[in-house]
Amino acid sequence: MKYVATLHMPVPKMKSFMRFGMSVKGMQKTHSIRSLTARDSRNRFVTVRMRWFRTRTVMMRLFPMKLRRKMSTYRTIRTDCFMSDTQKVFPGGFVVIRLDTVLDPAVLQRSQMITENPVDITSVLMDESAELSVSVTQIVQRLKGTHLHSQLEKQAKECLHKPEIKLETLKDDVRRLLKASGWERKLQNAVYRELHILPPSGHPRAPPEHTKEPLEYMCKAQVNWEKRILKSLNSMCTELGIPLARKRPVPEQKELTNKWNEMGTDEPDLSKFRPVYAPKDFLEVLVGLRNPNNERSEDLTVRSHWGLIQVSLNVRDIPQMREMYPELGLTYGQLGIDDHTHVPPDLFESEHIHIGKKVVSEQDSAAAQQYSRQGCPTGLRAQLWSLILNTTNDPEDITHYEQLKARVINHDLLVDNLIYKDVKLTASNDDYYFVFEDYLYQVLLCFSRDTAVLEHFSYNSATPPKSCIQNSSGSEQCAMVYPPNGVIPFHGFSMYVAPLCFLYNEPSTLYRVFREMYIRYLFRLHSVSSHPSGIVSLCLQFERLLQTHLPQLFYHLREIGAQPLRIAFKWIVRAFSGYLSTDQLLLLWDRILGCDSLEIVAVLAAAVFAFRAENLMEVTSLASAEAVLADLSTLKVMPLLQIFLFATSV
Amino acid sequence: MSANAVSCTIKSPVALQIGDAVSDSSRPGVYITDITLAEPVNIQEISFKNYYTAYLTVRLQRREDGSAKWVTCLRNYCLMSNPHAEDGSHDYFSIYRHQMLTEPDNVTTVRLILRQPSSEWLNFSIEEINIHPCAKEDSERDVPAWISTLTPVEEPLDLNHCGHVPVPIQLSFALEMDFLIQRRFPPAFSRCGHSLR
Repeated sequence: MKYVATLHMPVPKMKSFMRFGMSVKGMQKTHSIRSLTARDSRNRFVTVRMRWFRTRTVMMRLFPMKLRRKMSTYRTIRTDCFMSDTQKVFPGGFVVIRLDTVLDPAVLQRSQMITENPVDITSVLMDESAELSVSVTQIVQRLKGTHLHSQLEKQAKECLHKPEIKLETLKDDVRRLLKASGWERKLQNAVYRELHILPPSGHPRAPPEHTKEPLEYMCKAQVNWEKRILKSLNSMCTELGIPLARKRPVPEQKELTNKWNEMGTDEPDLSKFRPVYAPKDFLEVLVGLRNPNNERSEDLTVRSHWGLIQVSLNVRDIPQMREMYPELGLTYGQLGIDDHTHVPPDLFESEHIHIGKKVVSEQDSAAAQQYSRQGCPTGLRAQLWSLILNTTNDPEDITHYEQLKARVINHDLLVDNLIYKDVKLTASNDDYYFVFEDYLYQVLLCFSRDTAVLEHFSYNSATPPKSCIQNSSGSEQCAMVYPPNGVIPFHGFSMYVAPLCFLYNEPSTLYRVFREMYIRYLFRLHSVSSHPSGIVSLCLQFERLLQTHLPQLFYHLREIGAQPLRIAFKWIVRAFSGYLSTDQLLLLWDRILGCDSLEIVAVLAAAVFAFRAENLMEVTSLASAEAVLADLSTLKVMPLLQIFLFATSV
Repeated sequence: MSANAVSCTIKSPVALQIGDAVSDSSRPGVYITDITLAEPVNIQEISFKNYYTAYLTVRLQRREDGSAKWVTCLRNYCLMSNPHAEDGSHDYFSIYRHQMLTEPDNVTTVRLILRQPSSEWLNFSIEEINIHPCAKEDSERDVPAWISTLTPVEEPLDLNHCGHVPVPIQLSFALEMDFLIQRRFPPAFSRCGHSLR
């Protein structure tokens, strides 16, 4: 049947809507979008829920701040369901509208939103086209010179030999052929990936540091924190007298090449090394964050924060989370709940796996991200995550990995010892991950030499540490980034890699997936910033959720000196890696990738506290509170999340 | 950026408070800042950096036919979507001609009315105010001038205008390792700023 959607706005023809059998006539708007009414060919109004998951990415990034916020509240547009005379209501079609016209900015520009306030509309039009052009140009520049670009050119040239190509319609024919052979999809995936890591576009007058982190006091806090880390590393260097980098002698290189796959059997003397910092040191930094424009007294007043974090960031509460992530709701099937043994698979699981196979065969990044919001089946998870992160197994990637391996063999860095120490302390002692010890070395040693990671500092509030080298005469100074990737590993860093070892057994693929996950999400967990997925926002969100929905528990814990964040911080910093059982952890990370945000980690932390609330109300000290929450390995993640988000009375 | 800002005198903000005495316990929620321009100007853009102001109203005094008239050109423009939270509190904003309710021509004085209803913040203000005149007479809907420097896709774009952070220059890896190895003593780490100078 054909769906006809009525839009009321001067949009000539939304070609993209027609792809889904919807002919679009106009749209009313609420602020940005008011309502969307749709009729199917039987002339019944249907409920149409529009998920702009790709459009959202494009439009949310390109539209100015205010429209972005408004859009986020209307991401799910539900319309009134109109009963027809036969009293039959079509059971809610779920139509996915994707304006996958990133390649065709003209169509996007035509999708103008008209708002009531004249201020908003004209600025939207102006900023939208300006920002769009800038973003498009930035993405094009980034993709030029990549392997994909040369492959596309080669394919286009080969297309010219095909008989269907006519000179008059050359461009269209080549485009059509590229689309049919799947190359357009690869380009779309690449563009989608670039959109994820595009640095935020700021006002033309704003300096680059401002676009990375607008709040000055957070910038200062990050700078001071980095100074402290460097001082600690410095003192370790001086104490031990070990050089930052050392070229390995040839016999040692040979030995390492032979032992590459079993570095775990090595037992170097690491007793003198200690981790540069641990999560609890970082927590003290966050607790000490103060906004100078805000007065905070130590007493419990109406305005004080009960928790440890004393800054007022905009964090989402439960109603807003429900709107943002409706796929986690009670009416949606979830892997982690509906694939339980006593639920017949026909209800949800087999259909979901079938869709998953289709998504993988289509090789569509955006669809995979949408799909994984309801969980990824174990058999397809590796491919789906690769697709979401757009880490194809090109020969280019394998070569890059081999280069990094060569660098590891040729040179020995000081941070290598820190990595060894960290792996020995954390992953090797864990029941689930000790088998992957060798993989962890292979990935992390290469990671610390990968200069491509430096690119993420354009949107990370942190700055890579530099080492000042004086030449022999002492006159010139040259600063270079150390370690080469700019990331100093801390205690527990290897736990970011460990869960991925369950999915990938090829070191080059494993490395690529880890690197992509790090530069998209995991770096936010250990740098001070005001980003909604940054660690400060996550901690504040956790505390707010707990304070709002379990005030008695929060107050009780506060009174006995067991601030909840002190217990939950280690979970949040590691995104629960090492605390949950691995299948549950992978289900959680499915949702992180699907929702493109780490907020779900904060919600889970609050949900765990809610689950164990009765026991916690009876404890009388921090130590006993920690004992109650020491073992999370029996928890099931998805039921906890669902109950906390969708079954809590608000 | 676009045309140079006109010179203007920015008076210190005046708080609006009920009652006579200025008491310490209550903080004003409204500030008014006047900006006098040396000569009547057709305004193209007003740009500024926010510091915890939630809503902005802009009134202009225009010189028309010898008399000066006050008009409101922007009413309660929202700078911070949640006045209690930090979102938008330090951001840079630009208000363009086409966003204004009335034509900002022949303007002699600009009055900015800043409102911050939340009691969270000790102070709020607007900084780095720049008023840019119209470049050409005929441009009604003028795009920001920097967009005209945007070159078509085939040519490289000067990304320095778009907030692109320069990545520190990366030497070849081998050279870098040589540098690190050659020193005898562990170097002192330092933060030398964003880019090599």
